[in-house]
Amino acid sequence: MFFSANRLTGGYGGVNIIEDCSFNVDRGEIVSILGPNGAGKSTAMKAMLGILNLKNGDVNLDGKDITNFTTQDRIKQGISFVPQTKNIFTELTVEENLEMGAFINEENISSKIEEMYDLFPIIKEKKDQQAGELSGGQRQQVAISRALMTNPTVLMLDEPTAGVSPIIMDEIFQHVLNIKKQNIAILMVEQNARQALEISDRGYILVTGKNAYEGKGEYLLNDKEIRKAFLGG
Amino acid sequence: MTKNFDVKISFTIMAVLIALVGIFQSWGVALSILNLCLISAVMSMGVNIQWGFAGLINFGVMGFLAIGGLATVLVSVPPVYEAWAAGGGGILISGLFLLLVIVTIYLINSKIPKFKYKNHIIFLIIIVSIPLLKFISGPAIGRIESINAATSGFLGGANLPIILSWFVGGILSALVAFIIGKICLGLRSDYLAISTLLISGIVITIVKHEEWLSRGVKNVIGLKRPAPYETNLQKTDWFINAIEFFNTSKLSNIIDLEARASLLNQLVITSSGIFVKLCFSIIFLIVVLTLLYLSEKALNSPWGRMMRAIRDNEDAAKAMGKNVVKQHLFIFMLGSAIIGFAGAMLVTYDGLFTPSSYQPLRYTFLIWVMVLLGGTGNNYGAILGGFAVWFIWIQSAPFALFIINLLTNHLDETSYLKEHLRDSVPYFRYLMMGLGLLLVMRYRPMGLLPEKVIKN
Amino acid sequence: MDFLNAIILISNFIIVPAITYGSQLALGAIGVTLIYGVLRFANFAYGDLMAFATMIVILTTWYLQSIGISLGFLPTALLALPIGILITIGISLFFDKTVFEYYRNKKANSVTFIVVSLGLMFVLNAIVRIIIGPGDINFMDGHKFIMKAREFKNLTGLNEGLAIKSTQVITLITTVITCSLLFYFLNKTKTGKSMRAYSDNEDLALLSGIDPKKIILITWVIVSILATVGGTLYGLDKSFKPFTYFNNLLPIFAATIVGGIGNPLGAFYGGFLVAFSEITLTYAYKKFFKYLLPENLEPNTLIQFISTDYKFAISFAILVIVLIFRPNGIFKGKVI
Repeated sequence: MFFSANRLTGGYGGVNIIEDCSFNVDRGEIVSILGPNGAGKSTAMKAMLGILNLKNGDVNLDGKDITNFTTQDRIKQGISFVPQTKNIFTELTVEENLEMGAFINEENISSKIEEMYDLFPIIKEKKDQQAGELSGGQRQQVAISRALMTNPTVLMLDEPTAGVSPIIMDEIFQHVLNIKKQNIAILMVEQNARQALEISDRGYILVTGKNAYEGKGEYLLNDKEIRKAFLGG
Repeated sequence: MTKNFDVKISFTIMAVLIALVGIFQSWGVALSILNLCLISAVMSMGVNIQWGFAGLINFGVMGFLAIGGLATVLVSVPPVYEAWAAGGGGILISGLFLLLVIVTIYLINSKIPKFKYKNHIIFLIIIVSIPLLKFISGPAIGRIESINAATSGFLGGANLPIILSWFVGGILSALVAFIIGKICLGLRSDYLAISTLLISGIVITIVKHEEWLSRGVKNVIGLKRPAPYETNLQKTDWFINAIEFFNTSKLSNIIDLEARASLLNQLVITSSGIFVKLCFSIIFLIVVLTLLYLSEKALNSPWGRMMRAIRDNEDAAKAMGKNVVKQHLFIFMLGSAIIGFAGAMLVTYDGLFTPSSYQPLRYTFLIWVMVLLGGTGNNYGAILGGFAVWFIWIQSAPFALFIINLLTNHLDETSYLKEHLRDSVPYFRYLMMGLGLLLVMRYRPMGLLPEKVIKN
Repeated sequence: MDFLNAIILISNFIIVPAITYGSQLALGAIGVTLIYGVLRFANFAYGDLMAFATMIVILTTWYLQSIGISLGFLPTALLALPIGILITIGISLFFDKTVFEYYRNKKANSVTFIVVSLGLMFVLNAIVRIIIGPGDINFMDGHKFIMKAREFKNLTGLNEGLAIKSTQVITLITTVITCSLLFYFLNKTKTGKSMRAYSDNEDLALLSGIDPKKIILITWVIVSILATVGGTLYGLDKSFKPFTYFNNLLPIFAATIVGGIGNPLGAFYGGFLVAFSEITLTYAYKKFFKYLLPENLEPNTLIQFISTDYKFAISFAILVIVLIFRPNGIFKGKVI
């Protein structure tokens, strides 16, 4: 596997929020992390990013152990992250947001920006507008394209569809599918489990900080027990 | 019980230090330091109530101290009847006008339902009423200030005992705090800090420039005292007899009668100064102990626990149905009242009111150093801070001089560096305060006597 | 003719002084706002940092004068500016390293930072007074006036004179240059944009690979430049006195908040707004109306909104009004 996190255990102040969790994702694959509220989904993602101190477990990227890397170093290694909230620079223009995303790669910023505009045509129209003035869906697109500016090999999305309308949700998922074509490994935490699984290759279901189920997207979608417990029937 | 231990040790050290000053410098100096330490303790207790109990940053200490100072003038100075005759009516009418404006604004703000231009109307009223107020009061102020400009030129006060002014100072401060609190208390903590600092600047400007009220930069001197005057004491029989009695052995050694009388005279003069200061010390000590008793009681009451709960987690307290805004306003007024009380005490002790002497460094930030150094949220800490910081503030000049002399010992007496350093001795106290504050914040962030954690 | 006289009167007593004072406040306010935006605290030591910077410039000026170097008709202090800037950068970085960094790493709250900056304020205050004393120092040399009132009167034949001090022109030109460079840096360069990004959203800036250490370093460098330039210009125009510099912190804070704390462009406008309000509201317009109105309507009072004693109070009053009606400032705050 291109990116793998094994047996992660950690939390805040002595209390373990995730215990013995493992995830992995390959390039060109979409993997969702699902589960009820408070299951530790976002915490698991923070652990993989190095924002949370681990008590146990390791994180590997392309065969390299990056467990002890700082967040900043992981980003330089090719991991990119879109937080759930506050994921754009509201006071900067859309184009400046993209430039900031590319802060660590020196060359070809303008061609990379053009690439983003091709991928997300709507934000090209708004490129000189302050990002904070955009609508929720547009902001989400700016946020994702900012994260893609670092030329990542692994893209992590924390609830990319939180708080947007169903139409916009479909649109965002469509964009995620397009990103997958660029041979990027995509790992996302989602509340909208059913829709997320529909576009995912595989999924993990977390319950109280532990891996409860994992498997192919269709398998999880079709399993009666899982449907009843997590997908609302 | 380690806490009591700390308290005892630190206050013993303070007492020894002041006693050392008495032995090596003079008892008069020691008592002066003690008195100002006691006043400082009241000030820092006031700030501690706001900051330590409720987490409110009040950088307007200077303004409340000045209001307290103004109260001594308004309460204790005899009224100037000619000035009242000349312009009293005009001032009263202006006062009524001001009251009318305030009531109107209040009514518009609270009684009229929200509409778009409400704020604009209030703004317009303020803008129009300032020149109007000037127009109404101008002639009266001119007449008042022209009456015996050199010695009076103001309305004077109510000719009441000066101790009363301490309470009046407290009440006035609380009223001003009410207005400031209404405007600023909803703001973020750093905005609150800046705006209280700025508003205290306005207060000082008013006290400094409204001469009909406070004589402004011309100062009010010769204020009343709650203690006897030295010159009167020196003529009082029981005092002379007492001094003679205490110094019998010293006096009886002298055979020459004239020399004996002159020594006695000398002793009476020095002792009278000390006696007066001692009287002040006793009054101030009573104030400090009463305040300490009351605020310890308050701190450990259900109300005190609620205040700390609000300070530590405002949202949770709100969720539990506590009216945070109201409590904050109340505690802001309470703390400010104590600061105003202390301001009146200070002016009473000095015997004069000098509006131009109020500067933020000495009258706001130094008090803050006292609270932070002593221990936030702990009354004993606030008192200790008041004592320790005032002691260092006063004694750092001689201390700095001693160090400078030691370091520049090898230099020639006329050396420029030596002379320059000696000239700048007074400023080393700022350095000591700054370094002290930085070190305490770094290594003992809760102060010398931290807040005790009450476990149940 | 009377109309022209009235215009000249207003220019001489309101517009020229207000532009000068406004520039000085603007430079200070931008410094405070940058610290707030990037380091996230209100720096109460800023006035004394300006005093320290100006002191270094004065000492360097004295040294230059003693070895016979001067700038001819310009003040020698301009030549001393670079030294002042360098040493101020040094002391800012020293204090950041020894004082602020610890609290930043601990993620201390803004109140702690304010208290710590108070400590620093005392220290800087002491250093300045110990080295150069508390007195008034005039270090302006070179030509005093570009245009004297009498020369203007002779030139134009008007009753009213327009005096322009060279320090006023120097202040304006220097401010325009400094602010243009600063805004170019913030809006057009990658580093400047990353500074704005960091100020806007610290966590996302870290996720984008922006190095906070570098941002903080650059901020202190810019702030030191602004403090030195602003302090020196003020000292040249009026005079240098440590206490005045501390006091100037108050209108500077007012300008910062009025402009929206954290917003440099807002701080720039805020400085001018405060300066113009202070001067227009305390000016006595009697003479002005004498020129404009027919004789029988001439005013017999001063026509002054509020006495000059309350000059400082005006900036506080503006601040209070802004805080009540628009707590985020006239221009939206928290941007850089």
